Amino acid sequence: MSKIKIVNLQKSFGDFTAVKNSNLTINDKEFFVLLGPSGCGKTTTLRMIAGLELPTSGEIYLGDEEVGMLRASERDIAFVFQLFALYPHMNVKNNLSFPLKMQGYSRSEIKTRVEEAAKLLRIDHILNSNISSLSGGDRQRVALGRALVRRPKAFLMDEPLGTLDAEFRELMCLELKKLHIDIGATTVYVTHDQLEAMSLADRIAVMDGGEILQADEPSVIYNKPATKFVASFIGSPGMNFISIDQGISNEQSTLNIEGTNFNIPKQYEISKGKKNSFGIRPENLSLTNEGGLKGSVFGVEYLGSRKIVTVKTNFGEIKVKTDISTSVKINENVQVKPSNDNIIIFDGETDKSLKSEFVN
Amino acid sequence: MDTSRSYLEPSSFSKKLAATIIIVYTVITLIPISWMVMTSFKNVNSAISYPPEVLFEPSLEGYVNLFTNRSRQSQEYLDSLPAPETWYEELVRSREMVITGPSKFLGRYSNSMIIGFGSTFASVFLGALAAYAFSRFRVPLKDDLLFFILSTRMFPPIAVAVPIFIMYRKLGLGDTHLGMIILYTVVNLSLAVWLLKGFMDEIPKEYEEAAMIDGYSRLQAFFKVVLPQAMTGIAATAIFCMIFSWNEYAFAVLLTQFNAQTAPPFIPTIIGEGGLDWPAIGAGTTLFLLPVMIFTIILRKHLLRGITFGAVRK
Repeated sequence: MSKIKIVNLQKSFGDFTAVKNSNLTINDKEFFVLLGPSGCGKTTTLRMIAGLELPTSGEIYLGDEEVGMLRASERDIAFVFQLFALYPHMNVKNNLSFPLKMQGYSRSEIKTRVEEAAKLLRIDHILNSNISSLSGGDRQRVALGRALVRRPKAFLMDEPLGTLDAEFRELMCLELKKLHIDIGATTVYVTHDQLEAMSLADRIAVMDGGEILQADEPSVIYNKPATKFVASFIGSPGMNFISIDQGISNEQSTLNIEGTNFNIPKQYEISKGKKNSFGIRPENLSLTNEGGLKGSVFGVEYLGSRKIVTVKTNFGEIKVKTDISTSVKINENVQVKPSNDNIIIFDGETDKSLKSEFVN
Repeated sequence: MDTSRSYLEPSSFSKKLAATIIIVYTVITLIPISWMVMTSFKNVNSAISYPPEVLFEPSLEGYVNLFTNRSRQSQEYLDSLPAPETWYEELVRSREMVITGPSKFLGRYSNSMIIGFGSTFASVFLGALAAYAFSRFRVPLKDDLLFFILSTRMFPPIAVAVPIFIMYRKLGLGDTHLGMIILYTVVNLSLAVWLLKGFMDEIPKEYEEAAMIDGYSRLQAFFKVVLPQAMTGIAATAIFCMIFSWNEYAFAVLLTQFNAQTAPPFIPTIIGEGGLDWPAIGAGTTLFLLPVMIFTIILRKHLLRGITFGAVRK
């Protein structure tokens, strides 16, 4: 197992730049998730680490070795594809032993390794089955098994749970996490599903438009998003933004919106311009009768234990996560107020969060 | 109203009608073939008798004549010979002839085999490599090249017979196995590339990528992962190529005389006493039919899937 380092990595397809000048360090034995919407460059980054695409510029280190221009077969990594890519003309056992055959292991060594991996993934009872007769979950396990048998330097996974149904995905998520703890392999995992990312990752890198916006632990990504995009992409629903037409000065700790003063965390950074936004998560807002932003109820979604109330205000729609007991009617006039000072101000010009007592 | 069957299922009447049409069509197409097989089992006289004989006494004379050269001898000479050792010798002597040696048929037949299978293998192999490249790599002017390849089939191949004839004579390829294999491969290759490209496009590239990550080179991945999955396409392509090169007549007449002459130009030239030896010709064509028939039957399963390929996703 090794650490993976990406330095100034860039990839262009003709005029289109898929990955822009990216830098990342993935620690040994870490479960690292690349998260972002489709077309953000996360899969291209992964494919470059794998050697399936060659970078336009930049370096990729696997351990201490620079592998950027090496062929996939020379890198000693394993890749789990979204559609599994199990060889349909071979049975499970042959699929698992295929990577080992190339490396010239003895027959008995191959047998031991295949059986070991099969046992670990609980697929030892289907070793002689055909791929076409397997369920989605079993295919997933065989795909993982094929990656495992070689004991590679790193595992790369491209949305491996993408094709499974929701219930099964949750189960496989748990299994993947457990497997990662058991074997402690450096893993880079690509997904567009933030829940998957949150539950699996040691660290997450959020990407958009070919750039890595933030790479940190899930709780930091959620609570202290580096940019407006990260704040809106993570969380369901994402963060609310209220546009404010005022600059932010150093040490400022209140903000006047529509004549109401709101407490904000003490700011340590001066905003560049006068068009900024005020970001707050739905669970940090509450409905009140006075002292908040005025609006009317636009929609109510029940989530079982919580309720999401959408309020139409002069600042656009604001989503509030409230207690299930709160009763509101559509078109009812309400006011929305922060229930704590868990607030982030985003600079209007750079879209980055301003440093404060809360974000540092 | 009968609601037990779905709207998509044809009614039993149309099923019966379809079956009837197919049976009638099959019978009509089988008439010449069965007449040919019948002729091969007739003797020279009943083959040309009028009105034609449908019921006749079967004889292997046609097959014996196909494989042997014979000469007519006087009854005295025949009586002076020792008793015939084999059934076919006896059959020939009863026609007042002796066997003078084997005919050229076996040689022509094996030429057909060598050239037919050789060019089929070459077309499919080269076609698969080219199709893979067209399917996977960024080839400059890809569409133009593909059109160019297809355009070689837009005229009948025989239209270029004269230049090919001259070229082959200059290159010393006339009347050689290699020459005929190259010629048929060239004609078949455009079909092979186009057919196989369709199949290759349908194979997800993740399979090769997985193999390459598993430590195989691209060429190894092609042989171990791509080719086995393209078997359906390869079988269908092989059948089409085989049928063409096996049956090809015009170039074979033009370019081969002795060494590399295939069966098609040879069979109609089998001449017996006083005209064409119809039973021998019938025997020759019947035997000529067998390899393609067996080849197609073996690959039939793939052929059916090959023709309907892409209609339904797995």
